[in-house]
Amino acid sequence: MKYKDLTIATTVNQLKVRKHIKGSFIKRKWKQTSISTFLGGGVLFVFLLSWELLSLSGAVNPQFTSSPSRIIKKGIELIASGELQTHALASSQIFIIGYLLAVIVGVPIGILLGWYKRLNQAFGPIIASLYTTPRLALMPLFIIWLGLGSTSKIALVFLSAVFPIIINLVMGMRSIDGNLVKVAKSYNANQWQIFRTIAMPMSVPFLITALQLATGRALLGVVGAEIFGSQAGLGYMIMYAGATFQTDKVFVGVVIIATIGIAMDRFLFYLSKRFDEWRGNN
Amino acid sequence: MAVLANKDNLAINDFPKLSVEQLSISYEDKKTGAITEAVKEVSLDIQPGEFVTIVGLSGCGKSSFLNAVAGLLNSSNGTIKVDGKKVTQPGPDRAVVFQKASLLPWRTTLKNIIYGLEISGIPKDEALQRAKKYMKMTQLESYEEFYPAALSGGMQQRVNLARALACEPEVLLMDEPFSALDAITREVLQNELLLLWEKTKKTVLMVTHQIDEAVLLSDRVIVFSARPAAIMKEIKINLPRPRTSEVKNNRLFDHLTQQIWNEINKSVGKKVELEYEI
Repeated sequence: MKYKDLTIATTVNQLKVRKHIKGSFIKRKWKQTSISTFLGGGVLFVFLLSWELLSLSGAVNPQFTSSPSRIIKKGIELIASGELQTHALASSQIFIIGYLLAVIVGVPIGILLGWYKRLNQAFGPIIASLYTTPRLALMPLFIIWLGLGSTSKIALVFLSAVFPIIINLVMGMRSIDGNLVKVAKSYNANQWQIFRTIAMPMSVPFLITALQLATGRALLGVVGAEIFGSQAGLGYMIMYAGATFQTDKVFVGVVIIATIGIAMDRFLFYLSKRFDEWRGNN
Repeated sequence: MAVLANKDNLAINDFPKLSVEQLSISYEDKKTGAITEAVKEVSLDIQPGEFVTIVGLSGCGKSSFLNAVAGLLNSSNGTIKVDGKKVTQPGPDRAVVFQKASLLPWRTTLKNIIYGLEISGIPKDEALQRAKKYMKMTQLESYEEFYPAALSGGMQQRVNLARALACEPEVLLMDEPFSALDAITREVLQNELLLLWEKTKKTVLMVTHQIDEAVLLSDRVIVFSARPAAIMKEIKINLPRPRTSEVKNNRLFDHLTQQIWNEINKSVGKKVELEYEI
């Protein structure tokens, strides 16, 4: 009986301690975050400021280097004329369709290859070799096969994004914990139950990493495809502005693409943070 | 048939809860093809409500034996019966408390306890009620919403135990459940297990290499020989019940512990000889 009392007492104490620790943990974390924001933002600010001052003072030629104020001005101009929207719309169509197709196709394939060893043995090598081939090198072929329209561009975006998804999901399925499978089996779980209750939740963090990697690859695919042969799109805008020495316009395109990439990456990062609770505080 | 009133007696005399006959287990090394015998012709009957513990050297095959009873490992020979019915795969009549807590990290305490019931297809409401009952019994109520990462080793092991108990199995199988814990937590959990066992009167088959733990908890201790495992000795633990850790002060406790040690030492001797032969 003594022991029972002892454990209850420890339980209550542990709860109190844990609450306290959690409080100070959040405070500390917040402090850490504000320090890192200050450092990162500060360096960025100093960089932009010196860029602006250098071109204002005439130390560098803004025709070549542009400057933050010129980029903003040009950006507003392009929005007012509607040109930027046209290009952004064309690019986002290709990006969204290609990326979604990659997710729709890549996730099931990754799961199947990860779950069935034999399938992975059969298709693993071809996937690995396609993954390492620079996809942009295939663009001339896509143009020959699919024409200069959006189909060939979507094909390139799709191929850019699909392999990181497949490869990461295969890894996720492979990382499944044998001890947990043993628990499931001890309750006579069938393959579907093991898949649903263990393999699926276990591969969620891998899925998020896959989507993060795929975003970068897909954006690369969009710009690459549009540079190759196109009448519209941010990639085309950059290429054309570059060829006609409009540095400000080139930078507008670059900034917008970078912003989209960062925004998607952050979104997926916060999504992955949601799973940190069960992963422990490390 | 007319003795239904005397059902309990009948069960004790004629139907052991768990009956293992001539069980042999052997492994084949996938690389060399060499066959290792882990368990050799072990027969063991466990009566309803009996707490039986197997002790033996590490690697002697006692865990293989338990896994075979759980249905997680195929035996090469022999039969396993629960309530007279032959079993060859895992089923709701047995539940395992694993050495590693093996909790699903993305599930909270309650969701982990419910896991076995969910897999067995118990209706949700009933499953929830049962999980809550055993969560209370294992003193985990205030940890209901905690993820395993936030629980101490002892707490995790409690969830592991509650998960198995929630399935209300005929036989509870425990595979060195406290071996990964520190000495103090282990003793606390041993005492809690004693209390729980008094309440539920489960039939338990446990494997351990802690001899004092075996004596403290069991009605009967089986000493396994070195590999291939065979029963060397059966020792009745006639210590009074209900027990607490104070039973360790009983002179009989030391005597029984010593007796088991002697048997284990014999099996060590045997193992050494075997190694010389090789």
